[in-house]
Amino acid sequence: MAVLRVENVRKQFGKLAAVDGVNIETKEGELFALLGSSGSGKTTLMRMIAGLEQPTSGDILINGQSVVGVSPQHRNVAMVFQSYALYPHMSVRENILFPLKSRNVPKEKWDEKLQWAISILGIEALLERRPTKLSGGEKQRVALARALVRDPELFLFDEPLSALDAQVRNIARAELRDLQKRTGITTVYVTHDQVEALGLADRLAVMSKGRISQIGTPKEMYETPANLFVASFIGNPPMNLIARGERVLGVRPEHLMLQRDKPQGSEGVTLSLRILLVEFMGSEYLVYGREEQGEHQGQIVARLPQTGSAVPAHGEMMEFFAPKEFVQYFDKNSGDRLP
Amino acid sequence: MQNPVRKISFYVALFLFTLFAVFPALWGVITVFKKSSDLYTPTANPFLYHPGPTLSHLTFLFTSTSFMTFALNSVIIGACVVAITLVLSVPAAYALARLSGSWGERSGMALFLVYLIPPTLLFLPMYQVVTFVGLADSIWGLVVVYPTITVPFCTWLLLGFFKSIPGDLDEAAMIDGCSRFGAFMKIALPLALPGIGACIVFAFSLQLSDYIYAATFITSTGSMPISVGVPTELIRGDVFFWQSLMAADVIVAIPLALGYGLLFDKLVSGFQSAETSATHA
Amino acid sequence: MTGDSASKPVHFVDQDRRLGWAMLSPALLYIAGFIGVPFVLAILLSFSNATVGDPRITHLVGLANYVDLMDQPVFMTALKNSILITFLTLVVLLVLATILSELLAIEFRFKKLVQTLIILPWAMPVSLATIAWLWLLDSQFSPVDWMMTQIGILGPGGVLGPARHLYYLGRDVLAIASIVTVNVWRLLPLATVIVLAGRLSIPQDRFDQAKIDGAGFFRVLFRITVPALMPVLTVAILFTALVVFGDMATVALLTRGGPGHASQVLPYWAFLKGIQGGDLAGGAAVALFMLPILLVVAILALRIAYRSQEA
Repeated sequence: MAVLRVENVRKQFGKLAAVDGVNIETKEGELFALLGSSGSGKTTLMRMIAGLEQPTSGDILINGQSVVGVSPQHRNVAMVFQSYALYPHMSVRENILFPLKSRNVPKEKWDEKLQWAISILGIEALLERRPTKLSGGEKQRVALARALVRDPELFLFDEPLSALDAQVRNIARAELRDLQKRTGITTVYVTHDQVEALGLADRLAVMSKGRISQIGTPKEMYETPANLFVASFIGNPPMNLIARGERVLGVRPEHLMLQRDKPQGSEGVTLSLRILLVEFMGSEYLVYGREEQGEHQGQIVARLPQTGSAVPAHGEMMEFFAPKEFVQYFDKNSGDRLP
Repeated sequence: MQNPVRKISFYVALFLFTLFAVFPALWGVITVFKKSSDLYTPTANPFLYHPGPTLSHLTFLFTSTSFMTFALNSVIIGACVVAITLVLSVPAAYALARLSGSWGERSGMALFLVYLIPPTLLFLPMYQVVTFVGLADSIWGLVVVYPTITVPFCTWLLLGFFKSIPGDLDEAAMIDGCSRFGAFMKIALPLALPGIGACIVFAFSLQLSDYIYAATFITSTGSMPISVGVPTELIRGDVFFWQSLMAADVIVAIPLALGYGLLFDKLVSGFQSAETSATHA
Repeated sequence: MTGDSASKPVHFVDQDRRLGWAMLSPALLYIAGFIGVPFVLAILLSFSNATVGDPRITHLVGLANYVDLMDQPVFMTALKNSILITFLTLVVLLVLATILSELLAIEFRFKKLVQTLIILPWAMPVSLATIAWLWLLDSQFSPVDWMMTQIGILGPGGVLGPARHLYYLGRDVLAIASIVTVNVWRLLPLATVIVLAGRLSIPQDRFDQAKIDGAGFFRVLFRITVPALMPVLTVAILFTALVVFGDMATVALLTRGGPGHASQVLPYWAFLKGIQGGDLAGGAAVALFMLPILLVVAILALRIAYRSQEA
C-alpha cells in the first residue's frame, strides 16, 4: 500500500495558487524527490504533508488514513528542516529524547531507541553537547537522529544539505541515501538542486508554479523529459533547446559529436555552429557555439570527449551531428514533448 | 581611538554624563548624615560635614515614620503587578507573534497607542471605578490598576522577543508531538527567558514610579507605597525632613541601581530584539 | 496516533486561531476594562457637571466645561507649557541619549561601574528624585549655586551676576528650564538604553567603510548613525513624548505649577481642578484636552517610523 497519497491537492493563498492540483503516490520505502525552483510550490506541498499547512482542497492520505485537518502532533511524520531546528536550550540527548517524551512513549523504551538512533548516525560522542557547539554536519546528524528515533511512517526532508559546505555535502548525501536505504522508511525529499535529486531519488517529481510537470525515475526524467521546462531544468549543462519553426529541437550536449566522427549509416540531425568558446574540463571539452543561419539565437553546448579527433578552435565553423534516437521535439507553444 | 584629543574628550564627556546622573544621589548620600544646623547654613559646603555627621535622621526614618510599611507595600505591590503583567503579556505576545498572522506581527506599534490615554487622563474615573469595586485606599486597588501601565510595554518587548525566535523551532516541536500550546511552554517560553527578565525589571520600575494613581487612591498611611508615603510623612506642611527624605531616596535607589546596572546589557539586548523586529515587520 | 478516530480531528488552523484568541484575550479584556471603561467615563464626566461632592454623572451639560476652559487664561498657559516642556525635553533628551549611546557603544574599563551610575536616575522613584532636585534648586541652599559661587560664575564679581542664587523655581523661564532638566535627568537612562540598542544593531561594516573613507566623528554621527537610528529614535520619541506630556509628578513636586501658574501643565491642572478644586467634570475636560495633541504626536511619530522603514 502506498504510504503517502496526495490527491488533487490545492493550496490557495488569497489569489495565488501555491499548489495547484497535485497528485502523488509513493511506493513503500522509496526516496521520492520534489524538485523545483523557489516558488514552485514544493515546500508548501511538503508542509501540507507535515501538517503545518492545510490544503484548500484535495486529500492527503498517510497509510490509507486521511490526515487533512489533523495537526502534526497526531501524524506519524518526521521532518528534518533546512535549518535543522535543533532546540538550542537542550543538549543533544534531550533533543533526541524530546519526540519520545512528547509522544508519551513509555520511559523504559527510551534508552533502547536512543541508542539505536545514535549508533546508526554515529553521534555517541555528541550526546551532552549543546546545538550551538556543533558543526553543520553534526547538526544534520542530530536532526536525523531526532527524526529517526520515533520510528515514523514517513520522512520529510526540506533541503537538508543546503546549509552544508560543498565538500561536506557530497559525503552527507551518500550517507543520507545509505541511511534511508537501511531504515527503509518512505521519504519525501524537497530540493532545488537537480544534481541532488537525480542522485538520491528513486523517483522524483519536477514542480513548477504549483503543478507537477513530470513524475518519473531519474533516468526517465533525464532521457525523456515530458516538456520544455523539465528538459531545461534537468541536466548540467542543460539540454540544448533549439528553435525550429513550430517545434523546438532538444538534444543533450553529450549526444552532439563532430560530424566527422559520425558512425557510418547513422541518421540524425546536423548542426552548423560557429565556435564561441572551448572549455577544457579535464575529462572532456565543453564547446559553445552558435548557429549562424536559422532562427535560433542562443548558445549551443556540446560535450566532446578528450580523446578523439582534434578539437575545434575559436571562430571556426564546424559541423556537429546528433543521432536520431537522442533527438527530441517539443511543441513550441505548449512545451510538451512530441512523440 | 588613537587620537589623544578624541580620547580625552571621550573621557571628559563620559565623566560629565556620569556626574550629571549621579549628582543628586551623591548629594543625597552625604546629606543623610548632616546635622540640620549644618544643612541650613547657606554658606556651608554641602559636601563636607561641619559639625560632624549624625545618624539621627537615619534612625528617625526607621523609628518615627512608616517607611518600612511603605517599603513593604511597594514590594508587595511590585511583586503582584509583575506577576499579573507576565501572566497577561507573555501569552498575548506569543499569540501576536505566532498565532495571529501578519496583522499580529505588525501590531507592535499599535500597542504603544494605548499610552495615548495616560494615567493623568484616567485617574479621575479610575478612582471612581476602584471605589466602586471597594478597593479604594488599599494597595490592592493599585495592584489591579498598575498593569495598565506595564502590560502594553511588556507585550511590545516580548512580541519582539518571540519574533526573534525562529518559527522552525515551534514547528519542529509540533512535528515531534507537541500541541501548539505545548510548543509554547516547552520551546518558546524557555528561550524567551531573557526577554521575560527584562520585562520583570521594566514592570517593576514602571509601577514604582507612579505617583498620580497612588496619590489619588490612597489616603491611609498604612496603605501607601513609597512614592506617595515618603513625601506625605516627611513633608509636613512646609517643613521638609530633608535628611530622612534623602535617606529613603538613597536606600531605595542604590539596590535598584545595582540591580539594573548588572542587568544593563541584558536590558539592551532585550530592546535590540524588540526593535529589530519592530523595524523589520 | 495516526487516524485516531476516537477524536474528531479539529481543523488545525482553527485550533491555532482559537488558541491565539485564548492567549490574547486576557490582556485584551484587561485593557478594554481598565482603560476603555475609565476612558469612556472620563469623556462622560467631561460632559457632565459632576463634583467631588456629587460625583454621579446625572446631568449632561454638553460642551459647557470645554467652553469654560477657553475663558480661563490658566488653560492656555497650561496648554502652551505642556507642549513646550514636552518638546524641549524631547530634543535635549534625544541629543544627549544619542551622544551617550555613542560613548557606551565603545568598550572601556570600568564600563560596568559607569553603567550602574548612569542608570541611577531611573532607579530613584520619581517623586523622591524630584524632591531631591527641590533642594538642589532651592533658592537659598542650592548646592549647585554654591558650587557656581565657588568657581566664580555666581556671587560678587561672578559671570552671571552678583547674586549668589538663581531662583530656579521662582522665575518663569527658569522654572520651565528646571522642569525640563529634571525630566531629562530621569529619562536619560531609559532613552539611552533604547537608543543604544538601536546603535548596537547598526552593522559594523558601515562604520568601517566610513573610516576608510576618512569620515570624522561628527560626519559619521550625522550621516551614518542618526539615519540608521531613525526607526529606533521614533520609538523613543513616541514613548518619551507620551510619558512627559502626561506626567504630573515633576511639576507637582517641583514647582507646583508656579510661580503663580507660570509652569502649569495640563495634567497637574486637571489634578488640581478635579481633586483639590472638587470640580470633577472640569478636571476631566482639562485632562481630555491632552488626547488630540497626543494623537497628533503619535501620528507624526508613526509616519516617520513608516517612512524610515521603507528606506
